[in-house]
Amino acid sequence: MNLTLKIWRQKNAGAKGNFATYRMEDVSPKMSFLEMLDALNKKLVEEDKDPVAFDHDCREGICGSCGMYINGHPHGPVPAVTTCLLSMRYFSDGDTICVEPWRAKPFPVIKDLIVDRSAFDKIQIAGGYISVNAGAAPEANSIPAQKKNSDTAFDSSICIGCGACVAACKNASAMLFVSAKISQFALLPQGRIEAKDRVRAMVEMMDELGFGNCSNTGACEAECPKEIKLTNIARLNREYYKAY
Amino acid sequence: MNKILFSSLSKKFVMALAGLFLLLFLPLHLVINLMLLKSDPVPFNRAAHFMATFPVIKIIEIVLLFTILVHITWGIFLQIQNWLARPIGYAGGNKSETSFFSRFMIWTGASVLTFLVLHFFNFYFIKLGFVPGNPEDFYSVAHRLFKIPAYNYIYLICFALLGLHLFHAFSSAFQTLGLNHRKWTPVVNVVAWIYAIAIPAGFAFISLTLWLFR
Repeated sequence: MNLTLKIWRQKNAGAKGNFATYRMEDVSPKMSFLEMLDALNKKLVEEDKDPVAFDHDCREGICGSCGMYINGHPHGPVPAVTTCLLSMRYFSDGDTICVEPWRAKPFPVIKDLIVDRSAFDKIQIAGGYISVNAGAAPEANSIPAQKKNSDTAFDSSICIGCGACVAACKNASAMLFVSAKISQFALLPQGRIEAKDRVRAMVEMMDELGFGNCSNTGACEAECPKEIKLTNIARLNREYYKAY
Repeated sequence: MNKILFSSLSKKFVMALAGLFLLLFLPLHLVINLMLLKSDPVPFNRAAHFMATFPVIKIIEIVLLFTILVHITWGIFLQIQNWLARPIGYAGGNKSETSFFSRFMIWTGASVLTFLVLHFFNFYFIKLGFVPGNPEDFYSVAHRLFKIPAYNYIYLICFALLGLHLFHAFSSAFQTLGLNHRKWTPVVNVVAWIYAIAIPAGFAFISLTLWLFR
């Protein structure tokens, strides 16, 4: 199929960016979105032009690197997939595809489609851990945990920190990310020990970094490639109020 | 201490509590307003007099005014923070599936505020003596106002927008307070829909009846 790509180009963090238009011909529907961008970059390099910079790593939907905003959706219009797993078969011949970086003050653009997501790292460093002695892995069943809770904690822990929730939210709020990181610990006995300090520190860091506030619109849940639930945000609220 | 009071979650907590308190007040106001439909002005004026003079109500009135002020101030403050968090928008628009009315809370809220200012000038400021009028006969004041077509248009539009505000506000407040439950949250959502339709519809019914049929 033949496509028209409108891609955000920005030389560096300080430069003023704009959209560049590229024609892609004979795109195979079997390609992934990133493979299609690889083909575009090959073409640009052959033409002695600057290739489009975009983040990618595992290309199997678990590293959270490949965030880009495609036709009005983080990771594109298909639910529950990351950009790397977005197949070109979801597009049609003659389509124009608009590709932009995440837009949020705490996620400044570094180049083209790459944004600095170290804000998420800072939130994690602030409290997204449990304090245990390093060494051999402890016996898994020595601290009993309810099956229901451990399952829910696991569902929260699969958040890959890609930033799609921030990108989708009209307020650029990071609440879904923070709530997933809080929930994965709050539901397990090991996480309860530092629960109060954790939630206070992570929320404080989230606010300090300039993320917006949660309006409960549900856009984050709708766009999350790992289908993290809004119920995590209610749990984050509860954990926060309990911490004071 | 400042960190607790002014954190994003605390502000939302206060917004939600204030909002729920205001939700309790609206049905009471509606019940009193329904007395306007009677041809006898005494019951309405007696109720208005009671609301204006009973000591407990006077205290609740102060709490109510403070709540309105907090809800508005925090609402505007949070919205400004939200706008600042995304200085550059998306050229391709935002097509994410969201709770529809949640996108316009600041604007539906602003229209309710506009109506509130008008309402204060028409009634509350008379009671306080800031605006000339007889505070013992709000029945006549209301009937006079509902005969003015322009007033009815503004009234109906503002209550329609209040309904849109309430559609999201009711259930959102529960989520913000952390009151989420597998069984009860769907019930809260249904009650929210009923409330958001019934309360504005009640006020609109009074407006239309007094305007067109009296």
